[in-house]
Amino acid sequence: MFGLALKMLFGDTAKYLMLVAGLFFATFLIVQQASVFCGLMRWTTSTLKNVPAPIFVVEERVEQINETNPLRDTDVSLVRSVSAVRWAFPLYSGIQRVRVTDGSFKTVQLLGIDSSSLAGAPARMKEGKLEDLRIPNTVIIDELATTRLAHDPDHPIKIGDVFEINDIEARVVGICEAMRSFTGGPYIWTTYERALQYTPPSRKMLSAVICAPVEGIDANAAAAEIERKTGLRAYVNDNFGKNPRDKKKVGKDDKPFYGDFNTSTVWWYVRNTGIPISFGTTVVIGFIVGIAIACQTFYAFVLDNLKHLGALKAMGMSNFRLSLMLIIQATTVGIIGFGLGLLATSGFAMGAIKNAQPPFYMPWIIPVVAFGVIQLICMIAALLGIIRLSLYEPAMVFRA
Amino acid sequence: MSQQSHSTVVDVSGVEKSFGSGENQIHVLKKVNLQARTGEILMLVGPSGCGKTTLLSAIAGTMQVDAGQVNVFGKPLHQMSGGALTKFRGDHIGFIFQQFNLIPTLTLAENVAIPLLIQGGGNSESIKRARAVLEMVGLGDRWKERPNKLSGGQQQRVAIARALVHEPPLVICDEPTAALDAQNGEIVLELFRNVARSPERAVIIVTHDNRIFSYADRIARMDDGEIVEVKEQSPSEKPHFEHEHTI
Repeated sequence: MFGLALKMLFGDTAKYLMLVAGLFFATFLIVQQASVFCGLMRWTTSTLKNVPAPIFVVEERVEQINETNPLRDTDVSLVRSVSAVRWAFPLYSGIQRVRVTDGSFKTVQLLGIDSSSLAGAPARMKEGKLEDLRIPNTVIIDELATTRLAHDPDHPIKIGDVFEINDIEARVVGICEAMRSFTGGPYIWTTYERALQYTPPSRKMLSAVICAPVEGIDANAAAAEIERKTGLRAYVNDNFGKNPRDKKKVGKDDKPFYGDFNTSTVWWYVRNTGIPISFGTTVVIGFIVGIAIACQTFYAFVLDNLKHLGALKAMGMSNFRLSLMLIIQATTVGIIGFGLGLLATSGFAMGAIKNAQPPFYMPWIIPVVAFGVIQLICMIAALLGIIRLSLYEPAMVFRA
Repeated sequence: MSQQSHSTVVDVSGVEKSFGSGENQIHVLKKVNLQARTGEILMLVGPSGCGKTTLLSAIAGTMQVDAGQVNVFGKPLHQMSGGALTKFRGDHIGFIFQQFNLIPTLTLAENVAIPLLIQGGGNSESIKRARAVLEMVGLGDRWKERPNKLSGGQQQRVAIARALVHEPPLVICDEPTAALDAQNGEIVLELFRNVARSPERAVIIVTHDNRIFSYADRIARMDDGEIVEVKEQSPSEKPHFEHEHTI
């Protein structure tokens, strides 16, 4: 019987395609926009991904990695004095201007790391040696910088090329892999001392202290210890959501310990920018488009077939089986529309990955939730049909 | 046709049905009494709005009556719940509708197989049986086609096959020739007499098409919600058929 239900569905080609198209667009809008939002949020934490240190110590009011309330240089020693800390080094992080060979300026995310330990250096080098960063006036750039800072995109920057950061020469000694920054600019690594030279001077310049816990001590416990002993804010550099905000009340003065810097950063952008509302609106529009098209079309499909469904009812088919038929029809178009929508989103993702923009990150939860949303839309559509059908008296089938 | 050799399978007594309320209330059936017997074709005739279709709905168990009793094969339909009525219809009644009500996206065989599938029959077995019945109505070689490829008369033949495929003891027809021209109407009725009629089966036809009255064994005439006359037709009043057979 359910095979016949599907034949009835597929047989009405116009409505079937309309249903699939509606659910396809709904899926595409929901999944694509949610993934771009997640990608953008991931970009906000790119410094944390590009500087692989277990703990970041920052000024106590700092809530996200792209916000800088400079520390005193002596704070590095203060952090080192905490017994739970194995090592601690300074980190400079700031947006600077680079003058490229044609005289134009590009903004970059400049990172200054400790020259002796090179703690905070890029994890994956593509070309060159990390140690060459100790040579005067040298930098390591990411892959994006090779084209972004080049005069001609067909002739990307290579090792040995020179450009200027705030009128000071910078020679490229290495090219690395890195995640793109939230501002869209490339990452450039240099030593901490040289980063201070590249940067217009101010009273305090230290962006953060990066450190690691003593072996055998959990990073969260070490961070809590740092907060207690120094009065600074210490965040662990874990994955988003691993240490949700306010979960651990181990901070000083019973203040909530913010835990993971990634989570804290993302939540800061969610709370303080219009990004979630902007993307959320599109996701809601996707839902509304899906509801509107699917419900309207499916209801029209039921109305068109009402006399046939009524005849089935008169011939002895129960309301339960008729409802199941409608649910199977709705679920089937839902699965097909969702599959096509996900396929289109994958195509979009491939393009985004190839061009390195727009940001695209699709954790498994997005397609799972989107599938649930699409099925919810289909169930609402089916429910409308079921209600209409249940009100249809089988005797009405005798009326011409 | 003698009454003694045929048992009463439909017994309607004192049935009343009205629609609306207050001043707008319309009494569609007024203490109607009627019996139908196996082996006969009973026609319910009368002008439009006289209550034929409402009475047919009550007999088919698709509508509850306000008062009176509707017993079909000894089952009191007026006391049965919705679920029990649905099952009863599926097991005991074959339906033929004025507009055929064939599902256009299904093949002829799939349309005919529907009553078997409703009863829980397997798909391949049901299609096989449906093809056999389509053969009997002369459309065996077109079982893969869709209804919209057929003429009105052919579609009604498919509807007849669908009504008979699960061998129901009661067949209910609502204006089976209303959507057909005279020639097709006659072909369908002749076919109907040949294949639908059986000593174990009762056939009730609602019609106001006086061209087909001669096919009835009995004619119950309705007017203004009442049975005003039940007339038994003698063999001489009926058309002669050379090759009668039943399924």
